Amino acid sequence: MDKVLSFVVAAVLAGTPLLFGTLGEILTEKSGNLNLGVEGMMFMGGVAGLAGSYYYEQAVSNPNPVVSVLIAMVCAILCAAFGALIYSVLTITLRANQNVTGLALTIFGTGFANFLGEAIGNTAPSRYMAVGNVTKDAFNSGIPVLQDLPVVGKLLFSYNFMVYLGILLAIVLAWFLGRSRAGLNLRSVGESPATADAAGINVTLYKYLATCVGGGICGLGGLYIVMNSANGVGGVWVHNCVNGKGWIAVALVIFATWSPARALLGSLVFGALSVMRLYVALGIPAQIYDIFPYIATVIVLVAVSMRRKRENQPPQSLGLAYFREER
Amino acid sequence: MDANTAIRLKDITKTFGPVVANDKISLEVDRGEILALLGENGSGKTTLMNMLSGIYFPDAGQIWVDGREVTIRSPRDAFELGIGMIHQHFKLVDVLTAAENIVLGLDQKGRLDRKKVAREVRAISEKYGFDIDPDQKIYNMSVSQKQTVEIVKVLYRGANILILDEPTAVLTPQETEKLFAVLRNMKADGKSIIIITHKLNEVMAISDKVAVLRKGKYIGTVNTAETNPQALTDMMVGHAVTLDIDRPMAKYHDLRLEVKGLNCRGSDGVKALTDVSFTAMGGEILGIAGVAGSGQKELLEAIAGLQKVESGHIFYYPPHPKSDIAGNHVPVDKAGEELVGKNPTQIQKIGVSLAFVPEDRLGMGLVASMDMVDNMMLKTYKESKGPLVDRKTPRALAEKLIEELEIVTPGVSTPVRKLSGGNVQKVLVGREIASSPTVLMTAYPVRGLDINSSYTIYRLLNEQKMKGVAVLLVGEDLDVLLELCDRIVVLCGGRVTGVVDARTATKDQVGLLMTQSAGKEAEA
Repeated sequence: MDKVLSFVVAAVLAGTPLLFGTLGEILTEKSGNLNLGVEGMMFMGGVAGLAGSYYYEQAVSNPNPVVSVLIAMVCAILCAAFGALIYSVLTITLRANQNVTGLALTIFGTGFANFLGEAIGNTAPSRYMAVGNVTKDAFNSGIPVLQDLPVVGKLLFSYNFMVYLGILLAIVLAWFLGRSRAGLNLRSVGESPATADAAGINVTLYKYLATCVGGGICGLGGLYIVMNSANGVGGVWVHNCVNGKGWIAVALVIFATWSPARALLGSLVFGALSVMRLYVALGIPAQIYDIFPYIATVIVLVAVSMRRKRENQPPQSLGLAYFREER
Repeated sequence: MDANTAIRLKDITKTFGPVVANDKISLEVDRGEILALLGENGSGKTTLMNMLSGIYFPDAGQIWVDGREVTIRSPRDAFELGIGMIHQHFKLVDVLTAAENIVLGLDQKGRLDRKKVAREVRAISEKYGFDIDPDQKIYNMSVSQKQTVEIVKVLYRGANILILDEPTAVLTPQETEKLFAVLRNMKADGKSIIIITHKLNEVMAISDKVAVLRKGKYIGTVNTAETNPQALTDMMVGHAVTLDIDRPMAKYHDLRLEVKGLNCRGSDGVKALTDVSFTAMGGEILGIAGVAGSGQKELLEAIAGLQKVESGHIFYYPPHPKSDIAGNHVPVDKAGEELVGKNPTQIQKIGVSLAFVPEDRLGMGLVASMDMVDNMMLKTYKESKGPLVDRKTPRALAEKLIEELEIVTPGVSTPVRKLSGGNVQKVLVGREIASSPTVLMTAYPVRGLDINSSYTIYRLLNEQKMKGVAVLLVGEDLDVLLELCDRIVVLCGGRVTGVVDARTATKDQVGLLMTQSAGKEAEA
């Protein structure tokens, strides 16, 4: 029983960064922009958030955990959104190829973050860019009192605040896309920009906003990876720390068929698959475990394309640039 | 300009690179008036209307709406001025419902009140006599239903000036009648309507005034009551054109195709053809009539080998040994070569050629981003020997087509996508004919084409017929089918409901067969 509980908790913790990346990319793709730079934006968010907290702690003698967390989050969102803004200018205004631009953003973000993380680390006495326990605890503690309840406490209330933020974000995004007028407009931009344009919707504005906000959300995923100490280390810059999670998030968007609600389920499943080898002994090599998330993606892709339900298809003009006077 | 003028355009000019699409065009429309905008393909009608609806921005010229000079920079500006356009390619989001499409982009903030929208949509529908379900998804709708949604969308925004770009191109005669009734209701309501169409009988039926454009220039406006189709055609084309379609008799009249008890399922698994049997003769144009989606596409595809046949036979008989087209194909069984089970390449070698013009005109047969030479080559690249392709022959063919069919294009290396719709169709049909087939199947070859181009296509089909080719023509305009074809097979719901002699049959008779439900054997 205890083991099952630990497994679930570990799955949720491992799934949360994926959830942020997936939600950010869903928002982005709903505007018709296929941003393959999720990995890069997670890196950018991660390093910027960490640097924000790091410099805050250096600057004051008695750091306040709430301020430190806020600075980290704002820095992470802004830096990742900046990456998305570069992507937006290139693909929306200059109508560059989205795939190429997204890949370039991933390469840029990875290099940018590793360079910055290590450059800042080199200036520190410890040779690492690391935040103190104040910030680390703020990012890793569960809900006081409630988390001490038997079973339920561990199952529901032991997570750090970012887990709940992610779930809240999924619900808000689901409401936004499904129920609000702005969400309807955004979906129509992604499906058919010419239609949206003819209906008086500012296509460029919607694309920019969705892509940049989506990038910011991805950045939170990067911050989570950097700050979370479930893997032993936390609050310190580790070379290549995002390590492909951004790509899994891109796959998860398809797994979730562009639905924020299914993104919750998907990131839990993928989180579970990624920590499975620590909890479920099947007597197979560790590498096989690592394949599971990808096998799951393939299965879902096949299943989705076999059902061919229109609502589960990608936004119709995903990956295409829009120009009103195109002939 | 008097107080009753809804829209006035003066000296509107628009160029796309070296092409002058609109050259100093001036136009006026009154309130409560229906203006038909007439012109050949590429004469700049759609471009002009796109400037009114904010899609394009004019290079020069002035626009007045309700007596006030205005600048229309975006579609939003246009609908704030009460101008709504129903585009030829519908601007609807497939995965949304009718109601969602209708309220798209409107200014209200926050939550979307679906019930309120549905109520309002129903109110508009009742006022003008539409039939629409606000909660139906667009992808589940027929073309005519989609068009209705477009019109309601424009009305919901309070448009007083409606622009319809070839609204009847994809409608059945019955649906067209319904649309016209609605338009007359709107006119009575004081709305101004501009309708772009190629069909002269429709112009005569619905409009008050007709404005004619030719090659981007404004030719003139006439009152519909004071003109006739012949005069309009002459204005549009610039020289006199005869409006009669020839129906010559071919020298050889022999059995070419025999379809026996054909059963097929469409791509969605629904039965598309049920027990279809008929014959097609060489030296004959066989019309295939039916409401859109009655199995025409599946039938042609089954013959061409593109569609899986569940059961039934398609026999091919070689042409008369003395006819012009004898020996144009690989040897076949004289007692009837079975086509079912052969692949498209084999069937093509036998001489069966398919030119299908889908609703979007480009979907089948041509690759939009490739130029004419490459598109010609799609048909012939396998014939050249060695590892390299031969580009000379297709280039010569492309140049020949441009000359013979008067295709308007900057050159053979311009991507087909950049050509106007009518020219794209000429490329497609021209290429199929150039492969010297013995059976030529063509669907909607004149879809959206102007008079002149349509007659070019009719002439081409007749030429093929005279050579002894069996021509299968799927069409939507019954008048044309009755004038051009020798016999007409009528499909309804995937069944053959009748085969009539086009020389004696009437439009009503065919129309009745088209809507006849299977099993109910009404007399024809």
